[in-house]
Amino acid sequence: MARVVVDVMLKPEILDPQGQAVQRALPRLGFEGIADVRQGKRFELEVEGPVDDAALARIHEIAETFLANTVIEDFDVKVEAAEADAAAKAES
Amino acid sequence: MTLDTTKHAAQTPDTAQPWAELGLKQDEYERIRAILGRRPTGAELAMYSVMWSEHCSYKSSKVHLRQFGEKAPETDALLVGIGENAGVVDVGQGYAVTFKVESHNHPSYVEPYQGAATGVGGIVRDILAMGARPVAVMDPLRFGAADHPDTKRVLPGVVAGIGGYGNCLGLPNIGGEVVFDACYQGNPLVNALCVGVMKHEDIHLAKASGTGNKVILYGARTGGDGIGGVSVLASETFDDSKPTKRPAVQVGDPFQEKLLIECTLEIFKEDLVEGIQDLGGAGLSCATSELASAGSGGMRVELDTVPLRDSSLSPEEILMSESQERMCAIVTPEKADRFLEICEKWDVIATVIGEVTDGERLEIFWHGEQIVDVPPRTVAHEGPVYERPYARPDWQDTLQADDAGKLPRPATGDELREQVLRVISAPNQASKSWVTDQYDRFVQGNTVLAQPEDSGMVRVDEETGLGVAVATDGNGRFAKLDPYAGAQLALAESYRNVAASGAKPLAISNCLNFGSPEDPAVMWQFAEATRGLADGCQTLGTPVTGGNVSLYNQTGETAIHPTPVVAVLGVIDDVARRTPMAFAEEGQLLYLLGDTAEELGGSAWSQVIHDHLGGLPPKVDLERERLLAEILISASRDGMVDAAHDLSDGGLIQAVTESCLRGGKGARIVVPDGTDPFVLLFSESAGRAVVSVPRSEEIRFNDMCGARGLPATRIGVVDGETIDVQGQFSIPLAELREPYEATIPGLLA
Repeated sequence: MARVVVDVMLKPEILDPQGQAVQRALPRLGFEGIADVRQGKRFELEVEGPVDDAALARIHEIAETFLANTVIEDFDVKVEAAEADAAAKAES
Repeated sequence: MTLDTTKHAAQTPDTAQPWAELGLKQDEYERIRAILGRRPTGAELAMYSVMWSEHCSYKSSKVHLRQFGEKAPETDALLVGIGENAGVVDVGQGYAVTFKVESHNHPSYVEPYQGAATGVGGIVRDILAMGARPVAVMDPLRFGAADHPDTKRVLPGVVAGIGGYGNCLGLPNIGGEVVFDACYQGNPLVNALCVGVMKHEDIHLAKASGTGNKVILYGARTGGDGIGGVSVLASETFDDSKPTKRPAVQVGDPFQEKLLIECTLEIFKEDLVEGIQDLGGAGLSCATSELASAGSGGMRVELDTVPLRDSSLSPEEILMSESQERMCAIVTPEKADRFLEICEKWDVIATVIGEVTDGERLEIFWHGEQIVDVPPRTVAHEGPVYERPYARPDWQDTLQADDAGKLPRPATGDELREQVLRVISAPNQASKSWVTDQYDRFVQGNTVLAQPEDSGMVRVDEETGLGVAVATDGNGRFAKLDPYAGAQLALAESYRNVAASGAKPLAISNCLNFGSPEDPAVMWQFAEATRGLADGCQTLGTPVTGGNVSLYNQTGETAIHPTPVVAVLGVIDDVARRTPMAFAEEGQLLYLLGDTAEELGGSAWSQVIHDHLGGLPPKVDLERERLLAEILISASRDGMVDAAHDLSDGGLIQAVTESCLRGGKGARIVVPDGTDPFVLLFSESAGRAVVSVPRSEEIRFNDMCGARGLPATRIGVVDGETIDVQGQFSIPLAELREPYEATIPGLLA
């Protein structure tokens, strides 16, 4: 089974209170040098069958209509090779 | 791109400017050039365009709104009137209360959660800017048809947004309305009200005076949120052909707002500010120009000192940004350090961005170069004023001639019973608990009454029990049939609701939601409604303290019903004497106060049973409303009634059902001789309430009503677990409760 990853991020001009809270916490915890933090969501979709153009179009639609609120969020769809993932696990 | 300085603008008079894209009309652009004696710079154009938008300038509504001042009744209660961030009312014992209702309609349609949330945030900052601690919020809401798929997108988002923001702030949400009508499908109305309490000496105003005083911007950093939101979003009809105009939505941060509230209140306590203004629509453009315009001198602002979330913002964007949770204060140089210290304590970013000058201009600089040089009054207070043409629409007569009285009526007791069940479980009449249960109603521990009671009531002073009550009402169906009467009916209902809970009505705020002012028919509705409201306030002695106008609520050619929403504020000396709505004591007598005529135009019955809107709305008798209110307040103070509920949509049967379900007791209703049971149950005549009178008080109560000339008819008794209309039908409470409570969750959960 192939995995498709949908990353959802607030649009750059939109306020991200959670990201700001993380950023403010960093220096308090002794982590310096981080200028900005933006927090988003990552969805991992395990796709049945081949990840062809039709499947990707469907996932694009899922992301646009359900996973992301496109009024305030952008999203990005990436295919992640399941084999590579398994190989990585075997090595570790 | 080179910076468009004032010098550069003077040298390049022929540069083409995007005034049309920014929503300005040709003659408005010409006027800006005439005021400045040159073409405006990009930054000046940005400021004028947002401040001269309908939302900020009230350019179409101003000529009508003047009546609220001209017809204002004599009153000692009003400490601050129209024109400030919010009006302030004296409630006695040294306390003052400020309240205001505003719209956030268009943003809530685009992005329901954030639109509604930032609506709450904005109105809370308005109240805070007056010097008051916000103590409660309310939300009058209107959506499209309850069973329409888009309502299921918009309503849950709006409700979650209101709850999310308000609950995080720790403000109780004590009431409001939820109304469904297909006319709001593309234009839901999300109005937000906030009430704040202060001592008289704490009142603060939005003005910048005192040469050399510092201009301090504090709160959140400025980002690219909602740039041009007010001019573009709130002042234009949605048009699918121009998607590029859809602006960025603002996202709020209630925890930042909470810090801003506590920080600001501490600053007030140490008397550190000369003037203060919140940043809402039009952001810094609005705050700087309004503060400077209301003050004595000019103002100089170094725009590059504004803390940014996004360093790539241009000066124009910074001026137009509607980033939330920001305030602007005018502080004397001696107090500036202490001011900044308090902000630091609360982890609120504060920056001196400029100072008050002895000139007469608002000057804004960007890295030392002048980009704005304007007379502030021309931006903030002397914008365009339009005498828009208005005309009674030709369909008005046809609509009014389509009398609801000719609709088929139930012929038998069984039919009447069946229609009662349909009306009380229709979305507009059914229980709204599913909505209001998502709001925190009791946080802070001062809530005395909240939804579904007639008004929301909060205690102001723990020692004496002094409290205030607020109700909001509006009925777009009535206003469509007759905008003048409809506005007065909204006022009357809200006034009655406050009195029914035992509080004395003092003043009002309003949110006037209408279609496009460029349509003469809509403008006529607006003119009639404002005239009706101003006349009504004069008669009732309740001044308008301020409010908000929301125009362009229409999709294509179709406007929403004219929807003036009226919020009435009342005071009660001791909240322990409040009157709840629940019929809870068996054996108590039910009295119907006021006269019932056959008035079905615009009624809930005509909507639910016949999907009909036509005829005339109920008659308005404001002297009767005032008398009824006096009786309800006296009866509450002297303990003559244990429960009271106003009669409005759905009529007597709706009120009795709600009070019975709330108290868990049934009622036996006797139809008085010569009265048509259908009319008694479903007519929506105004000026009426139903009260529950202990037997021991019956003579005293009757004597009082008789002496003052208010008709009071004994219609039954609190009894059993059934609503029994004798000779007609009886319905067990359980059979009423099930559909009454199941409708809204069934449609929206």
